[in-house]
Amino acid sequence: MLFFSYFKDLVGREVTVELKNDLAIRGTLHSVDQYLNIKLENTRVVDQEKFPHMLSVRNCFIRGSVVRYVQLPSDGVDIDLLHDATRREARGG
Amino acid sequence: MLGGPGLESVVDQLISVITNDGRNIVGVLKGFDQATNIILDESHERVYSTKEGVQQLVLGLYIIRGDNISIIGELDEELDASLDLSEVRAHPLKPVIH
Repeated sequence: MLFFSYFKDLVGREVTVELKNDLAIRGTLHSVDQYLNIKLENTRVVDQEKFPHMLSVRNCFIRGSVVRYVQLPSDGVDIDLLHDATRREARGG
Repeated sequence: MLGGPGLESVVDQLISVITNDGRNIVGVLKGFDQATNIILDESHERVYSTKEGVQQLVLGLYIIRGDNISIIGELDEELDASLDLSEVRAHPLKPVIH
């Protein structure tokens, strides 16, 4: 639940999602769900020449199971808040 | 159970699906479920190659199992119409490695 809540707080920010097939997509985080499926708006593929497969796509739904990384803006991370939340989660889990 | 970013908003719209084996299938989303299994109508596969333009293979009415789906993209029909697929050269997408 921790990362679900964390991502909910990041809605509206620009992120880059790198997938397990090496595709990287930049866009605005529109929403996230319990499976950490991600919906991005205003999407651009990072290397458009190499991956023209999504040229006409501007909004997409990315299945959580296929995400390798989510690259965040550095001011999107409140380290102390995350530390506290992680400690709480570790204690409970 | 929270719905989150459902696919509700793209039902009856043209979508581009990228599957785990690297295929790109375009069609009209007719239905979906919590496991992201989808029903795609009037679907066709776009096969990318480095040697020739994009090939379009007609498929028809398909059910794609959610396990096998990477991305569901909302296809902007105007943008898509402005593309000349016969001029596009690209390596096929890599399969997903977990």
